[in-house]
Parts: sequence; structure tokens; C-alpha cells
Amino acid sequence: MATMVQAIRLALHVGEERHGVTDVFGQDVGPPLGGVFTQTQGLRTAWNTPLDERGIVGTAIGLALAGQRPVAEIQFCDYAFNVIDLFKLAGGICWSSAGDWNCPMVVMTPVGSGIRGSIYHSHSFDAQATRIPGWKIVMPSNPLDAYGLMLSAVVDPNPVMFLMPKALLRSKAGPRERIPGEPDDDRALSRMIDAPLGDRSRWRPDWPDVKDAFVPIGQARTCREGRHVSVITYGRTVPVAMEAAAQAEKDGVDVEVIDLRSLCPYDWDAVKASVRKTNRVLFLNEDTEVTNFGEHLLRRTVEELFYELYAPPRLLAGAHVPGIGLADALEKASVPQAEKVAAVVRELAGHEA
Amino acid sequence: MSHAFEVPTTNPAGAEEGALAPELLVRIYTAMLRSRCLEERLIRMNKQGDGFFWVGGPGEEAFNAALGLLVLKGQGPQFDYLHFHYRSTATLMTMGAEPVDVLRQMKNTATDPYSAGRNFCNHYSVRKWNVAPVSSPIEVQFSMAPGTAIANKRAGGRGITIVQGGDAGTAEGDFSTCLVWCSRPGDELPCLMLVTNNQWGISTPYAQQHSEKHIADRAKPFGIKSAVIDGNDPEVSYRELKKAMDYVRAERRPFLLEAMVSRLYGHSSASGANFVPEEVDCLVAFEKRLQDRKIMTRAEMDDLRAKYTQELLEASKRVRDEPQPRGESIWEHVFADRDLVHDSPDRDPEPTNGRH
Repeated sequence: MATMVQAIRLALHVGEERHGVTDVFGQDVGPPLGGVFTQTQGLRTAWNTPLDERGIVGTAIGLALAGQRPVAEIQFCDYAFNVIDLFKLAGGICWSSAGDWNCPMVVMTPVGSGIRGSIYHSHSFDAQATRIPGWKIVMPSNPLDAYGLMLSAVVDPNPVMFLMPKALLRSKAGPRERIPGEPDDDRALSRMIDAPLGDRSRWRPDWPDVKDAFVPIGQARTCREGRHVSVITYGRTVPVAMEAAAQAEKDGVDVEVIDLRSLCPYDWDAVKASVRKTNRVLFLNEDTEVTNFGEHLLRRTVEELFYELYAPPRLLAGAHVPGIGLADALEKASVPQAEKVAAVVRELAGHEA
Repeated sequence: MSHAFEVPTTNPAGAEEGALAPELLVRIYTAMLRSRCLEERLIRMNKQGDGFFWVGGPGEEAFNAALGLLVLKGQGPQFDYLHFHYRSTATLMTMGAEPVDVLRQMKNTATDPYSAGRNFCNHYSVRKWNVAPVSSPIEVQFSMAPGTAIANKRAGGRGITIVQGGDAGTAEGDFSTCLVWCSRPGDELPCLMLVTNNQWGISTPYAQQHSEKHIADRAKPFGIKSAVIDGNDPEVSYRELKKAMDYVRAERRPFLLEAMVSRLYGHSSASGANFVPEEVDCLVAFEKRLQDRKIMTRAEMDDLRAKYTQELLEASKRVRDEPQPRGESIWEHVFADRDLVHDSPDRDPEPTNGRH
């Protein structure tokens, strides 16, 4: 079972070989490092850039306009705040030119807390990203989705932001969630595609013959079916929701967990169907809670599904403070923890029909 | 007040002396004149309420018309990619753009081919000529230019990337981005960086904010060749642009050309859009030269001006009757439903639209 970071690497490899990806680039993306999380090791088109996020995103726009297929990386989303106007520009190229141009590019960036990354390696980006029209935005929670969403991203004719939950990059796929063509033995996969420590100048990856397994952008996944409460989430908080669901189950609360996978466009039909089934809903993510993407979903739920709700819809998100502190207690107090999620789920379940 | 600026009094070393052929001069002149007449019509439209805002390039015609004649025009990386600013009117006109289309953009009609009524005038977008959409933020085009220049270099032809901005915008980090990214050792890029220096950033004089004598000097530490020229002289502009372009096309390396120009109607309609008599008018100066060299007579030039003025007046009346965009059209083109920028049709994924 590939880890999420291996799955991303395999998808980029397939992108290079079969789907026209011409450039995978960013700071430390090329050899020898191949990405600070190893996500771009061994890729044929990977190259290093100056430490200049504006140059990285601007160059991606230029490459896209000139018919190339760029995948640009911002090393941590914490360093993407100085390119928000370029994101706006990329998202507006098709619209501003009334369809004269399109801008097919991917920006991938690690997001969120969970690696004790302190103030500037823990930011989330989903609230910012969803404020920028013209982009498709995806955020996987497991390796198979990461693989399939990246494949969809590299063939899309629009700018696509691929948010990588950094706490899950080392997580492994479930036993029945192999990428088609992936070797059965994890250690074999590692020997084939993970760069060795030390001198890598003569190392070349031995890519397995993995097949296409597209995950369409805009399609949610039901991670767990349940009757009493819906938890609508994505990215790092998907496993948090699953853990909370397991805790609540002990108290007889049957939780449904929906992984949105795409934030733009998002699968409103899936949200609606789940809320109509359980009549109780919690929106969960770890970005700061003021003007949070979950608030948008909650607003739409109130407007469209108000009379089907048995309980006030809830949002659990990150504390609205400037950063995530390094100490364990600070990080735990800043982003939703499973115990808190389980408590809110139980509370929601307590509202009678 | 006029701004004293220092331009080399002699041509840079190696520049060929002497005048351009009369036929070429007439071509440059007619393009400059037509552009000026267009800008004057745009300003008038704005003042008469036929358009919300004017910004454009009167005062840059000598340099921009010469540029338009030298562009390798076409679609795809074998041709020049053009990252212009909103003062590039004369370049577009020289390349063959229809003046009426700029009037359409001024009047924000549904027929405006550059933005369907969405953007200010002189914010062009012409994919078939590799003209990237012009946007109002200053200098962002300099961070995009390395991307198209990489594609030019890969294509292996003579196509280059041309990026243009003003003097004030060079204070933005994007200008440095372009210098750094175009001169990476071993990966130098065929990018012609153009700075049309009018000595102003809206109301702020260049000299109050910049200590560097010439913006072009900033190329030196990067090993990028550069020159400062009198952009009000179309002959100098044509010769120096050609020389710089030939270098970039052949050597596949960057060049920074700084052209001193005028700003004849202020920054935009926000500052009144009134003629500034103190600055050098490149059109007037060039007309005198054409007369002195007996290439055109005053009467011929007056007739031509009257003809263009009348044509544009009539076009502006036509445009007034063209439809405005429908409100519901805001949902169009949020997303592209196919890949327009790539030749291969087999990459078209499922259509999408802008609504969730």
C-alpha cells in the first residue's frame, strides 16, 4: 500500500508519461531532494527554482498559456500568501478574456497542522483557496484519492489547487486500496521509487506500471454510512471524524462521514442527501473558523435544508488565532480533536426528531 | 513641468547610423497617428459618458508602433509571446488590431472581443497572436514572462517573449523575479524586457522614489545586456528594438531595454485625461522630421488625421448601438470547458461550468 506521498509521486509520474505534464517545479522539487516530503523524487521533469513563490506561480501561468502542462509547488502553503493576487490572476484568465484563453496549471502545496510545524508550517489554505473563483480545489484524505485527484488535476483545462494534508502524507492506504499496478509488497515499492539516503547522483527510480484511476473533481465519497449524524469534512480531519465516529458508536450514535475531496466544485448533492438522511450535521475542518469554508456549507444548509434539520447545524474548525503554537497543548487547543468532535456528535444526536 | 532625464546622446556602440527607409517611416507614422486618434476618441468617449474609465498610451506611440512592426506574430511557442501593459495601444494597432474593438471595450459592449464588456479599455487579449490578457495590477506580467519564455526556448525557433511595463512598476518584486528567472545559469531565457519610462507612477515622480540612475542598470549584476534609448524617437526605437530582438532571438538570452517616453494625457481619466503640453510629443516631432526630409507634406498628414478622426467618430457611433452584455453572462467562462492553449485535442476532459 502506497503512502499518500508515494501516491502523489506515482500520479505525477503517470502525468509526465501519459498525460502531458511538462514541468514539476518549485523550491527543492528537483534532484537531489525531490521535495521536502519526497513527493517529487525521481520525476523526469522535476526541476529546482529560486526561492521565489511569485516567480513559481507566475512561471506556471506563463507555461500554461504557452501550452505546457505545469505542476508548480509552494513548499508550504504558509508561503503562498504573497501570491494570492497571482492566484486571482490565474483564476481570472479565462473569465477576464471572455473565454479567449484558459490556464491549465496545477499548484500543489502541503497544508495544515499535525507535524508540530509551529507558526509557519501549520497554516491551512482551504478558506483562502475557496475565496478565489476560477480555481478547482481538491484535498485528498488517503493515498488512492490523492492518486486519482492528481490525475484529474493534470488533465483539467483550468487551474487546480492540490492541497496536501501534511499530517497524512505518510499515511498508508487501506488493504484493499492499492493503486492498480502497484506491487503487493510495500517494501518492494519503496525500493523501486524511494530515493536512497546519501549520494543520489546515480539513482534512478524503477517505476511500477501503474494504471490510470481518475477520481473526478467534484465528487464526494462516503467514508462511513450512518443514520444519526452527518459529519461533512475533508483532508486531515477525515481520519479525525472516523475516530470520533468510532468513539460515538460506543454510545449508540451512528455517524455518517462524508469526505468532500473537492472544495470547488463541491458535491452539494452528496451533502444534501446525507443531511436529509440524518437530519443532523457537523461541518468539520481545521482552518480558522471566521469566514471558513464550512461556514459557507452551513449557510447553504440553513437556507436550503432548514426544515429538515432536527438540530442546529454545527461547525468545528480551527481557533481564530494568528498561528498554531508549537507546544503540544497549543496545537491541540487550536485544531479540532477527535474527543471534541465525538462530543459534538453526541450532542447533535441528543436532539430528538 | 517637464522631467529632465538622461538618455545617451550618441547611439550605443554598434548601432547603425542613418535614417530608416521612407516607406518604413510612413508605415510607422500612420500607425502612430492612427493610435493617437484612437486614444483621443477613447478619451472623448469617456468624457461624453460613453465608457466608465480611460487608460492608455498616448506618448508611447513612437516606441510601441516600432515594436508592433517587429513582433513575430502568430500563435504558439514558435512565435513571440506578448505580455503588454495598458499603454500598448500602438503596438496592437500596428500588429493589425481593429480600432473599433478598442472602442467596444471602452463602451463595455457584449461585442468587445477582448473581454466581452468585463474589463477597462486597452486591456487586450488576443490568443491567436499570443497576446496574454492585460491586467490592471502593475508588473504581474513580469512574473509570468519566464513561463512563456521557457516554452519559446523549448520550441527551438526564433520566437521570444516580450514583456513590457512602466518605470514605477519596476519597484515591484515581480521585476526582480523576471531578472532572476531569465538569467539562471545555464537556463537563460529568450525574454525581451521592456520598460517604457515616463517618469511617473500616477502622481508620484520617479525621482522621488528611485535612486538608480537608469532602470536598465539593474540588468548588470545578472549579466543581462541592456540599453537606455529615446523612446520618443521612432527611428531610434525601431533600430534599438530590432538590435535587442535580434540578440534575444539568436542568442536565446534576455535583454532589458529602457525607453524614455512621454505621458501626454496623464495617468488615466481619474486624473483628468487632459493634454500635457510640457512633455515631448513624439508625433509632432516625427511629423516635423517627415516634413524636413520631404517624405510627407503637412497637407498629407492633416488629411490622414482628418480621415482617421472621422472613421473613429463613425465607429464610436456604431458601437453606441451595439448590445451590452446580459447580467446572466457573468457565469460564462468561470471555467474553461476545453483546453484552448494546447494543440492536442485528445486532452479535452468533461465539460464543466462555473456553478456548483
